[in-house]
Amino acid sequence: MHNKSIAELSAALQSKDISSVELTQHFIERIKKYDNDLNSFITQTPDLALEAAKVADASIANGSAGALTGIPLAQKDIFCTNGVRTSCGSKMLDNFTAPYDATVVSNLNAAGMPMLGKLNMDEFAMGSSNENSFYGAVKNPWDTDRVPGGSSGGSAACVAARLAPVATGTDTGGSIRQPASMCGITGIKPTYGRVSRFGIVSYASSLDQAGVFGRSAEDCAMLLEPMAGFDEKDSTCIDKPVPNYAANLNDSLQGLKIGLPKEYFSNGIDGNIEKLIDEAIAEYKKLGAEVIEISLPNSHLSIPAYYVIAPAECSSNLSRYDGVRYGYRCEDPKDLTDMYMRSRGEAFGEEVLRRIMVGTYALSAGYYDAYYLQAQKIRRLISEDFTKAFEQVDVIMGPTAPTTAFKIGEKTDDPVTMYLSDIYTIAVNLAGLPGISVPVGMADKLPAGLQIIGNYFDEAKILNVAHQYQQNTDWHLQMPAAYQA
Amino acid sequence: MSLTTDEIKNIAYLARLSIEEDRMHTYADNLSGILDLVEQMNNVDTSAIAPMAHPQDMSQRLRADTITEENQREHFMENAPATEAGLFLVPKVIE
Repeated sequence: MHNKSIAELSAALQSKDISSVELTQHFIERIKKYDNDLNSFITQTPDLALEAAKVADASIANGSAGALTGIPLAQKDIFCTNGVRTSCGSKMLDNFTAPYDATVVSNLNAAGMPMLGKLNMDEFAMGSSNENSFYGAVKNPWDTDRVPGGSSGGSAACVAARLAPVATGTDTGGSIRQPASMCGITGIKPTYGRVSRFGIVSYASSLDQAGVFGRSAEDCAMLLEPMAGFDEKDSTCIDKPVPNYAANLNDSLQGLKIGLPKEYFSNGIDGNIEKLIDEAIAEYKKLGAEVIEISLPNSHLSIPAYYVIAPAECSSNLSRYDGVRYGYRCEDPKDLTDMYMRSRGEAFGEEVLRRIMVGTYALSAGYYDAYYLQAQKIRRLISEDFTKAFEQVDVIMGPTAPTTAFKIGEKTDDPVTMYLSDIYTIAVNLAGLPGISVPVGMADKLPAGLQIIGNYFDEAKILNVAHQYQQNTDWHLQMPAAYQA
Repeated sequence: MSLTTDEIKNIAYLARLSIEEDRMHTYADNLSGILDLVEQMNNVDTSAIAPMAHPQDMSQRLRADTITEENQREHFMENAPATEAGLFLVPKVIE
C-alpha cells in the first residue's frame, strides 16, 4: 500500500477497495515502526489523522470526494496548524500551539487529506543537513549514518521511507530540492509567489516558497495543484490562475530545448554525479530533446548574495521572538533587556544565532549599501542571466547538489563548507524561478538528483519534463531496502 | 574581513542575543569566514543595476481599510509566557 502512487491510492479509495481509515492506519503503523530510528517527525497526530480519515470516508461514500480525499500526508513543522504544536524545529517555539492554519494547511485540509503529523527540519529552516534541529538530526533512510539534506530533511526522509505518501516542504535556498536529491525522491519548489506564504513561519521573506515532496512528478503535480493559488493574506502572492498540473504530464518532449549551464559542469562537481547527470541527459535526447550549452555567468555570486539577503531578512523576521507574546521566555529576567537577550540567546541554536548576527551586521548603520543593496543588485544580475537563457531554451538542467548525502557531523564545524551544499539551488531562489529535483541514479549506493529549472510559472512544463523521464526509467520507484516491509 | 570579539559583542547586543563569553571567539571566526565569502560581491560593478526585491517586480497591493479579522484576543494570548487581566506581563520597565 505504501508503494502505490497517489493516482493508484485515489482509485483504490474511490472504488472502496480500501478506506481512508485503513490507509491512514497503515501509515501510522509504519511511522510507529520506523520513525524512532529516522526521527523524521517532531509531532505525530494519529488521532487527528484518523478523525479526518473518517470524514474523508464519509465524503467518498456520498460522492463529494475529490482526487486527494482520504490520502494522508505530513506537513513540515514550519506550517502553522491550528491547535497543533508548530515548533519550526526550535526550542523557541517548543511550546507554541498555532492559533490558526497556514493557507497551505487549510487548502490541503479542504482537499480532504488527513495529516499524520509535523515533520522535522533545520531550526527556522536554516540549514542544509537537518542537523540544526532542536529535536535532533534526521537520518537518511538510504544510510542512517548520513544526513537527509535540509532544511526539509524530515519531509524528504519521511517520503523516502514511505512513512507518508506525500509531504510538504519549504525552499528558501534549496531546502526542498537538495534533500529530495539526497533521499532519492522528487521535490518541486514552485515560482516565488505561486503558493501562499501565509502561516509559514518566516525566514527570508523574499525567497521563501512552499512546495511538495513525492515519489514521482505525477504525485507532486497532484499535491501542488490544491496548494497553489492566490491568497489575499500574502502580499507577495501572485494573482494568476492555477493550471491543471496533471493535464500536460504526458506531452511529448520532441523538440524540447534543454539548456546546460557550462558553470554547473565545471570544477567542483563530483565525477560520479556528473556521470549520472550525463546519463539522464542522454535519456532526454532519446525522448527527442535537443541540448544547448548556455552560460549563467553570475552563478558564482549566488552564494555570496544569498548569505547577505537571507540573514538580513532573517534578522528582521526573527526580531519578533521577544519572550513576550509567545515562545520561550528565560527564567527570572532582571529587566526587559535581560529578558530579550537571554530568551533569544538561550532558545536559538548556533546557526540561527550566526545568521541573525550576520544579518544584523549587514543591516547596521553604514553597511546597508555595501551589503544588502549590493546583494539585491547582484540578485538582478543573476535573474537576468536566467531571462537571457530562457530566450534560447525551454528548461535548464544540471545536478541538484554537488555531492550525495554526507555523514552526520561531517560538515558541522565549518558553516561555509555547509553553505556550498546549496551551490546549484540558491540561484533559482534568487531569481524566483520554479525548480524540481528528480532521482537519476545511485552513486556508491546513495541517490543523486537532476535539477530541472523552468521559466516563471512553468511548473506544468517542468513536471511534464520530469514525468516523461520517470515514464522511461525507474529510479523514482526504488526505495531503501530496510523500509520495504 | 575579520571581526573582533568586541565587534561580536556589539552585534549580539544590537540583535539582543546573549552569547556566552567562551563562545565569542568561535562566532568571531565563523562570522569573519561568512563575510569573506560574501566579499566576492565587492568586485562587481553594479552602479547601473537596480536592486531587485521581488522576482516579478510587483508593487505592494492595497486593500480597503475594513475589518477582516474577528477578535480572538484570548485565543491568541494562550501562547504568552505571562499574562494578567488580558495584558502581557513583562519585567518592570519604569521605576
